[in-house]
Amino acid sequence: MAILINENTKLVVQGITGRDGSFHTQQMMEYGTKVVAGVTPGKGGSDVNGVPVFNTVRQAKEETYANSSIIFVPAQFAPDAIYEAVDAEIDLIVCIAEGIPTLEMVKILTFLKGKKTRLVGPNSAGIISPGLCKVGILPALAFKKGKVGVVSRSGTLTYEIASHITKAGYGESTVIGIGGDPIIGTNFVDCLQLFQADKQTEAIVIIGEIGGTDEEKAADFIIKNMTKPVFGFIAGQTAPADKRMGHAGAIIAGGKGTAKEKIQAFEKAGITVIYEPEEITDKLSKVM
Amino acid sequence: MKIYEYQAKEIFRNYNIPTSKEKIAFSLDEAKSVAKNLTFPIVVKAQVLVGGRGKAGGVKIAKDINELESHVKSILGMNIKGLTVKKVLLAETIKIEAEYYVGITIDREKQSAVLISSASGGMDIEQVAQTSPEKILTIVIPSFLGLKPFQSRNVGYQLFNDANLVNNFISITTNLTRIFFDLDCSLVEINPLALYSVNNEKKLIAVDAKIVFDDNALFKHPDMAALRDIESEEPSEVQAKKADLSYVKLDGDVGCVVNGAGLAMATMDLIKRHGGNPANFLDIGGSSSPEKMRAAMKILTADKNVKAVLVNIFGGITRCDDVAQGLLWAMKEENIALPIVARLVGTNQDKAKALLTDSPITFAETMTDGVKKVIKALKG
Repeated sequence: MAILINENTKLVVQGITGRDGSFHTQQMMEYGTKVVAGVTPGKGGSDVNGVPVFNTVRQAKEETYANSSIIFVPAQFAPDAIYEAVDAEIDLIVCIAEGIPTLEMVKILTFLKGKKTRLVGPNSAGIISPGLCKVGILPALAFKKGKVGVVSRSGTLTYEIASHITKAGYGESTVIGIGGDPIIGTNFVDCLQLFQADKQTEAIVIIGEIGGTDEEKAADFIIKNMTKPVFGFIAGQTAPADKRMGHAGAIIAGGKGTAKEKIQAFEKAGITVIYEPEEITDKLSKVM
Repeated sequence: MKIYEYQAKEIFRNYNIPTSKEKIAFSLDEAKSVAKNLTFPIVVKAQVLVGGRGKAGGVKIAKDINELESHVKSILGMNIKGLTVKKVLLAETIKIEAEYYVGITIDREKQSAVLISSASGGMDIEQVAQTSPEKILTIVIPSFLGLKPFQSRNVGYQLFNDANLVNNFISITTNLTRIFFDLDCSLVEINPLALYSVNNEKKLIAVDAKIVFDDNALFKHPDMAALRDIESEEPSEVQAKKADLSYVKLDGDVGCVVNGAGLAMATMDLIKRHGGNPANFLDIGGSSSPEKMRAAMKILTADKNVKAVLVNIFGGITRCDDVAQGLLWAMKEENIALPIVARLVGTNQDKAKALLTDSPITFAETMTDGVKKVIKALKG
């Protein structure tokens, strides 16, 4: 079954003619993703690797029935690209672009309330449902179809941990990079909810890092709602504490956001905490 | 990006937020001439981009020109948390009757900008937040509307029992919000916001000012970006930024070169876990051209504490053979003789291994293996 993306995903690539956009379009197509359209204003009518390019997302959707979008445009144009895809009623937007101003994201999330679109990212590595579909920049070699759901704020650390799951033969149902920015469209709790309901997923791995309180909220959610086994990893235990903002930042956090607190919250929620990426294999073997 | 108090105050005044009568001085002579236009007692405040200057002795009150001279002499050139004080702000003092806190920042959990206020302003606000969170009032600022007067009024009547002061407060918070949104800030803060009396009328004034800009939005505000003080930043971090690397210097002896921030943090954690001490955080980002690898190695090895280097790459888009080639090139061009352990997996890992076979670089199979090997190399 997998979550968010599968064989029915019809993808439009926003920023398809750029260097990253065209390279990853080819990579996604090689993986088997149905890339049905590209959008680059001013380049409508041309094609990239046989994929038709349109001037607007609306046009692309009308002509190709695209239901998902991936955004590769530079940060300064990315907010407009997101608004455009939401307005065109695309079901799922995966924003790879990084460096979007935080206040732009605050406005985007306000705009998204009550709309049918789900936003993943920004600053996301994307999503892969191994064997079915890949919408992102994740390297195919780290993944294999299987039963473990993975959700993470990071990119390469996700590949690292997933590659151990793959090597041990468990494989993954879906792997989601929710993005490393402070304000993001889809959080850990959203993904946990989807994994809990997904029949293919038998266990879940959360890969978190210092800052914010998303991991703590995930822990609360797990206590109340999850029956499947959950494993957790937190990066940043040795990161210096003084690299934070002034008083207001510390006030909001109320002392929260450190690796130690996140690990404690995980343990309290019955999450099996792993301290070295390769430990995941051993820990998974106890429940699978 | 942080700016100095005197720069933030200038922005405040442009937005009609009252501040003390004050002026910046870069030398003793300048300070003496500035003082002529101010009324004693005058407070001399070190201008540095770190907090805690008061506790470090960087803020002193002078009641006459002699005291002022000795204060300016002692503060200019003072070292506060590793930064040298190069300018002082001279401000007329007021008789403070009460200290409040007001600030605007992004609340990640609420996914909004929030206005934070407290009647317990001053140096210990962080502690107040920890021990008595009920003394901190938080209001969510609607993103498309901005702060509405009624919101400030609701807070204002919890802080003051005087309608004039509440109106004062509304004006200050409204203008503070305008600064926050107009200039894409991640923090604007007045601490303390002081209550004082002029001719029996009570008023509020910004005694200190702090503004932090969102680095990602600076492209929209070139005049603010121009305020950046590169001299106050760690030189190696400035160099790294130029090379498009994300680098933070730490005080250990194991240099790390990693792709991706999460993996970089996890690598540091693992070094510590196995008894070592990371010398830095370094993320070479998505594409690792040989030039980037060379820049990374140059910055790392310029830190004399570094006694061994661990390269940890999970190649997706990044090709391991590119990294290996860049590494060999960097060693040759920069004359690096330190022990290096490389763990390169993912795209083209076999080619990378072949490239490094006849080199002094030690090859590691896994992250844990790499960490163990680099610590062993370090201990000789």
